[in-house]
Amino acid sequence: MKEQFTWEKIVGAVLMLFSVTALVILLLIMLFILDGGLPLFNKVSVFDFLLGDKWMPAKGLFGASQFIIAALLVTFGAVLISVPLGISCAIFLAEIAPPWAKSIVRPAIDLMAGIPSIIYGVFALIVIVNLVRVAFNVASGETILAASIILAIMILPIIISISQDSIESVPKLYKEGSYALGATDWQTIRRVLVPAAGPGIIAGIILAMGRAIGETMAVVLVIGNVEKMPSGLLSPGETLTSAILLEMGEAVVKSTQYNALFCLGLVPFILVLIMSILSSRLITKSKGRFA
Amino acid sequence: MLSKTTDRLAKIWLWMSALAIILILLSVLGYIFINGIGIMSVSFLLDMPKNNWREGGILPAILGSLIVVFVALAFAAPVGVGTAVYLTEFRKEGLVTRIIRISSDALNAVPSIVFGLFGLSLFVFYLKDYTGGPSLLSAGLTLGFMILPTIIRTSEVAMRGVPYAERMESFGLGASKLQTIKNIVLPGAVPGIATGLILSIGRAVGETAPIIFMVALNPTVPKSLFGSGNTLTTQLYYLAMEGISMKVAFGTALTLMLVILTLNAITRVFKKRLSRNLRRG
Amino acid sequence: MKAGLVFLALGLVLFSGCVSKGNGADLVIAGSTTVQPIVARASEVYSEEHPEVSIGVEGGGSGTGIRMVSEGSVAIGASSRDLSADEKSKNPDLFTTTIALDCIAIVVNPSNNLSNASLTLNQIRDIFSGKITNYKDLGGPDTRIVVVEREDGSGTRSMFESMVMNNTDVSDAALQKPASGAIRFTVSGNENAIGYVGIGYLDGSITPIAINGILPSEESVRAKSYPLSRDLYLITRGQPTGLAREFIDYLLSEKGQKIVKEEGFIDIK
Repeated sequence: MKEQFTWEKIVGAVLMLFSVTALVILLLIMLFILDGGLPLFNKVSVFDFLLGDKWMPAKGLFGASQFIIAALLVTFGAVLISVPLGISCAIFLAEIAPPWAKSIVRPAIDLMAGIPSIIYGVFALIVIVNLVRVAFNVASGETILAASIILAIMILPIIISISQDSIESVPKLYKEGSYALGATDWQTIRRVLVPAAGPGIIAGIILAMGRAIGETMAVVLVIGNVEKMPSGLLSPGETLTSAILLEMGEAVVKSTQYNALFCLGLVPFILVLIMSILSSRLITKSKGRFA
Repeated sequence: MLSKTTDRLAKIWLWMSALAIILILLSVLGYIFINGIGIMSVSFLLDMPKNNWREGGILPAILGSLIVVFVALAFAAPVGVGTAVYLTEFRKEGLVTRIIRISSDALNAVPSIVFGLFGLSLFVFYLKDYTGGPSLLSAGLTLGFMILPTIIRTSEVAMRGVPYAERMESFGLGASKLQTIKNIVLPGAVPGIATGLILSIGRAVGETAPIIFMVALNPTVPKSLFGSGNTLTTQLYYLAMEGISMKVAFGTALTLMLVILTLNAITRVFKKRLSRNLRRG
Repeated sequence: MKAGLVFLALGLVLFSGCVSKGNGADLVIAGSTTVQPIVARASEVYSEEHPEVSIGVEGGGSGTGIRMVSEGSVAIGASSRDLSADEKSKNPDLFTTTIALDCIAIVVNPSNNLSNASLTLNQIRDIFSGKITNYKDLGGPDTRIVVVEREDGSGTRSMFESMVMNNTDVSDAALQKPASGAIRFTVSGNENAIGYVGIGYLDGSITPIAINGILPSEESVRAKSYPLSRDLYLITRGQPTGLAREFIDYLLSEKGQKIVKEEGFIDIK
């Protein structure tokens, strides 16, 4: 019997070590990214980095505002496109869909979530870029809009899944009460279910935004990679992530440019961490609402 | 009356939105299929690339993907399942479990390019002497870090799915905790764990950004873990980005897509079996 | 569970068998994407004749190639531009071997109205700097010109800028592409685009513009009547030795130069 307990303790200790790994990795990531990026601020001030709009490594200029603006525009566009469509589809799945439709649409969404980002990128490079050029009559389809469109497609599964979950979590009482008052399906959905599912849906949108800001491959192929500050959805641009991808190959290790690229990575890293914390809080709050 | 029309219109809109999703999926898949099927063949999958990737096959990339995913799993499966075992069997809910879970969720949210920067600085530079620098080993480990949260999460769900009653029976018969875990809990959780592992394989094989800085487009079969190679995803990126050969690019994309579809199908079969088992109770 | 462990062990054993430190390839050449097709094809043919040798070819641009060979991370750096004074002073032992002749062609889409035109260097400069933004200013339709350029470390870009731009910056609205193939892809897919590539990249999908009436060709490059000519180099630390030397000698031989021509570039006679 004594031997059993010792074995148990040993295994327990080993497994505890394993469990700590996730935390250790997270801390290591923070450590290495900061180690790679912070030295930049010995040469360039935080203000110049965040607000400057000239990025010329050869001349020692590291203003990243055009990348930040491009990233925000791309994300904003993606959310604008995907949220109406995503919530509608979630409502469809939660309330309207007959079982045969559910058995087609749900696996389709899971499949969409599993398609590699580079494949979305290649699709966008050829189909979406030309679509934008022709439909909007611009000289080149490599635009923020093209990136927004493909990102919207990529984040749809997240928005649909989480919204569907949230709507389905609303207690039946709310629905029954609404019908009892004589409301139609749509009125019930619009005035009762969706608002009740609100925090959960918003949590999903925030999570999706985090995914969009962090996405690289699909964006870099279609956004044009232009050093100028984008003037709107139909301009080309360069996001934080695509800048890192394109310039890392030629940056000398541990040079200021190298540091600057790591700092470009810090921005989505911090933003995404904040967004996932916000989103988890919202999800817990929405689940607690109906307890 | 007005509300009835609105109701009907709204329902039509909702059906349309679902249809739109299906159409989007079909156009992406269809596009890859139509453009890739021309070059697809057994020799395409087994041949070496020739003539600067304009002809021949993509064998190095396929091998690279296999190796990298294998390394990722070799790291993440034991650590991930081990963490799940710890969380469910060895620890009561409390501060420690919360910290572990939050770390895992946070890790899951880290953008893929940040993993790329991390992998670059840790494996390619800092641990250069142990990993061989920009090698398949570095790429595999970086991906392993990335899929760890998924394995932890799915394994934990799987283990919690084993009814507490079964554990109690086992203890009641005099079995130790380790014996219970080995004979009751793990076997019961295997379908769920396996599903999680396959899900992670799908994620690992489809990622590009985390490993883009540690691969090299060599038209040679990777000779060792410490040497560099490339994967289906990174090869696809280079072929498309540098305009080398759209034909081969589509073939690569189709191959990648077939892998994903197969994994997806396997997952669905497992999930069906899982729910059947749960129903039997 | 047991089966899984056995499988894992097997896998590790298999891999430890082929575990050996060092890179997968015996010789690595990195750098210019212009030179890349020549080197890639040559390394393929060379490996067929010498199966025990494996050669790796990477892109990354001339700047990256020069840096990597200076650092010693690769044996040969490929470049489509001359070494800068800075690079020469930091690494005085860098040795340059010319392996082909090339020129920079200014290219447009075949359906672009400029495809039959002739431009002066000044006009080209004005187009790329953004001074001229619309085709109508060149006698064409009222459409915006989409300028496509290479990335920062590109040898082609630096040669283009030094031979054409004359210290004027290329417009910051220009789309940046990381390789010659990407410029070709973009220009062939967009009627409004204009870019620059090496002569080996001219296939039917893009059309070169005549400069002062002269189209880029083997004759005009050798005669130096086409103004944007340049050499393509392989760079080593010191005179090439060993495998690097054999490979470079191979490229300079008749077989190698035949490959240069097959790739659309010009052999050195």
